[in-house]
Amino acid sequence: MIRFLIKGLLRDKSRSRLPIIVVAIGVMLTVWMHAYITGFMGDTIEMNARFSNGHVKVMTRAYAEELDQIPNDLAILGSAELMNTLQSKFPDMAWAERIQFGGLIDVPDEQGETRGQGPALGLGIDLLSGNNSEADRLNLRRSLVRGELPKNSREVLLSDNFSVKLGVQPGDEVTLIGSTMEGSMAMFNFTVSGTLSFGVDIMDRGTIIADISDVRQALQMEDAAGEIIGFFGNGFYDNENALHTAATFNALYAASDDEYAPVMKALSEQGTMGTYVMMSKYWGTYISMVFVFAMSLVLWNAGLLGGLRRYGEVGVRIAMGEEKGHVYMTMLYESVVIGIAGSVVGTALGLFFAWLVQKYGISIEGMMQGASVMMPDTIRARITPPDFYIGFIPGLLSTVLGTALSGIGIFKRQTARLFAELQT
Amino acid sequence: MRKKYNPFRMQTLQKQTCRMAVTLFLLVALTSGISAQDADAILERVDRNMASDSRIMESSMTIRGKRSSRTVTSKSWGEGTNRAFTEYLSPAAERGTKMLKLEGQLWIYSPSTDRTIQISGHMLKQSVMGSDLSYEDMMDDRKLSEVYAATLSGEEMIDGRKTRVLVLTARVPDVPYHSQKLWIDAERYIPLKQEMYAKSGQLLKRTVMSDVRQVQGRWFPFVMIYKDMLKQGDGTEFKITSISFNEKIPEYLFSKAALKQ
Repeated sequence: MIRFLIKGLLRDKSRSRLPIIVVAIGVMLTVWMHAYITGFMGDTIEMNARFSNGHVKVMTRAYAEELDQIPNDLAILGSAELMNTLQSKFPDMAWAERIQFGGLIDVPDEQGETRGQGPALGLGIDLLSGNNSEADRLNLRRSLVRGELPKNSREVLLSDNFSVKLGVQPGDEVTLIGSTMEGSMAMFNFTVSGTLSFGVDIMDRGTIIADISDVRQALQMEDAAGEIIGFFGNGFYDNENALHTAATFNALYAASDDEYAPVMKALSEQGTMGTYVMMSKYWGTYISMVFVFAMSLVLWNAGLLGGLRRYGEVGVRIAMGEEKGHVYMTMLYESVVIGIAGSVVGTALGLFFAWLVQKYGISIEGMMQGASVMMPDTIRARITPPDFYIGFIPGLLSTVLGTALSGIGIFKRQTARLFAELQT
Repeated sequence: MRKKYNPFRMQTLQKQTCRMAVTLFLLVALTSGISAQDADAILERVDRNMASDSRIMESSMTIRGKRSSRTVTSKSWGEGTNRAFTEYLSPAAERGTKMLKLEGQLWIYSPSTDRTIQISGHMLKQSVMGSDLSYEDMMDDRKLSEVYAATLSGEEMIDGRKTRVLVLTARVPDVPYHSQKLWIDAERYIPLKQEMYAKSGQLLKRTVMSDVRQVQGRWFPFVMIYKDMLKQGDGTEFKITSISFNEKIPEYLFSKAALKQ
């Protein structure tokens, strides 16, 4: 019977083409939207993790209390030893020492007088040890606009916008004016090795990146680090796991009342990121559910219309003696076939468009001007397993439900009235 | 028995009340005038002790931070209120760092970078060598009587010495602190305690002076403990190891060229 119904659908284009197109469009939009929301939320979390928060971050308790101010005077002392502890206790995670700092970049003229000056937000990371994990994590090679990554001590990377504003080229010398760990003024000469464009407005304004050993020398922070950040082996943030890791580490120092004892915070425990993680967890689901529900209504309506449109045909079939239950079942079977066909086509199209957005992204640069939260200026979708089945909820269920509801009318039609209807 | 209304008696009473009010007003005006006059005179005597035509000083500054303490030594030359030159002598990380104040501008030379940078704008608010003193504090050498209007608010004892308490309010806009409270030694005319306030009334800094000695006919405090109330730590102890006034200072010191020498 199924083959008979499929043949009928194929031969009568009015019963198959439009319903399948409607279902396919609805499913495509559902799949694409889900992948887009997943990508946007995940990208923002991973970007903040890579540049600033890590999946977990270790700092001193005093530093953690004033985290927003980047208080390097409260930094971890003896950071090498703490790194060893972390690597032995949590060997599956990748750990990196970092120093965030603020200061001014001063550009000298031929006489050594100030030619240009601008505020900078600096990051000291491991660039020269031969381990490329930090450069890869921050995607520095792909972000290079001019020059190259630092190969020698006292070389620095500047954000390209910042270098243009200051009028410096790779090879030029600049002076960092900052504050040492003790609070006195620090001045340190760097040679610009290259310029970067991160595609994140907040980073492109005035970022400088140098090797952590140079930053330690400049800020008099020998064997110190502002923070040690950790990343899960699979590269993706898992809030439950991060909270568990942090609790395990903090239990080691629970008995200490030293305000400089290390403390580990999961990404969701750092500043506004907690709200964002919660938001991404629930918001993404809510948005997807609302969209699935809206599409369900549309496709349900399409199913209803499809059933009602065949009012006359159903009447003839009943008049010819076909049982009402049989007519109803065949309509349901047909809607299942249409739902499956539309969902498969829609899922395939949705995945294709989601892949395009995953690969090429959608630029929202104009909206990111002046943003104070680190968000990507190109949104990329991320195809995840639910994208392969989420479209079937509105595509199949709603279509069948719509047909089932519209088909109820079949049982309410009286034979006497049916003939009167057929005569008109 | 109820008294009868007497219009003549009422007139006399009114006249007496008026006379008393005028007398009280004149008394208050006179007293406050005397108080302001006294306060200004006290402030001028303080300025005579603290300010000089020129000054050569060697000092050590112990900065008691929250985690550690360190001492920075320096030698400075000052002329009037607009010219000063300071060279840091120790520790090794700061040795050779020089600062030049010239006509309202401040320059700092760092030997490790061989760069001379002008400190201006918000950088003036930064701490000098991590101490409780800001560059702005260093810059402002003007006489107190020139920039503040003083009133006498009372007398207090500090470490067994009688002090007069002056409340200073800025009369020029370009002062780092809107108001100050000074405890002046009543005999030696040296501030023993100083509090600096923001316009909002918030206490920003406190300085306690001690070890007051007589040098070349003037009293001068040799130990000053500065505390930035908005900063953690136990303050900065500034100790003068040697000081001489009104000596001839070579002209070349007050030039940018001297920074690199």
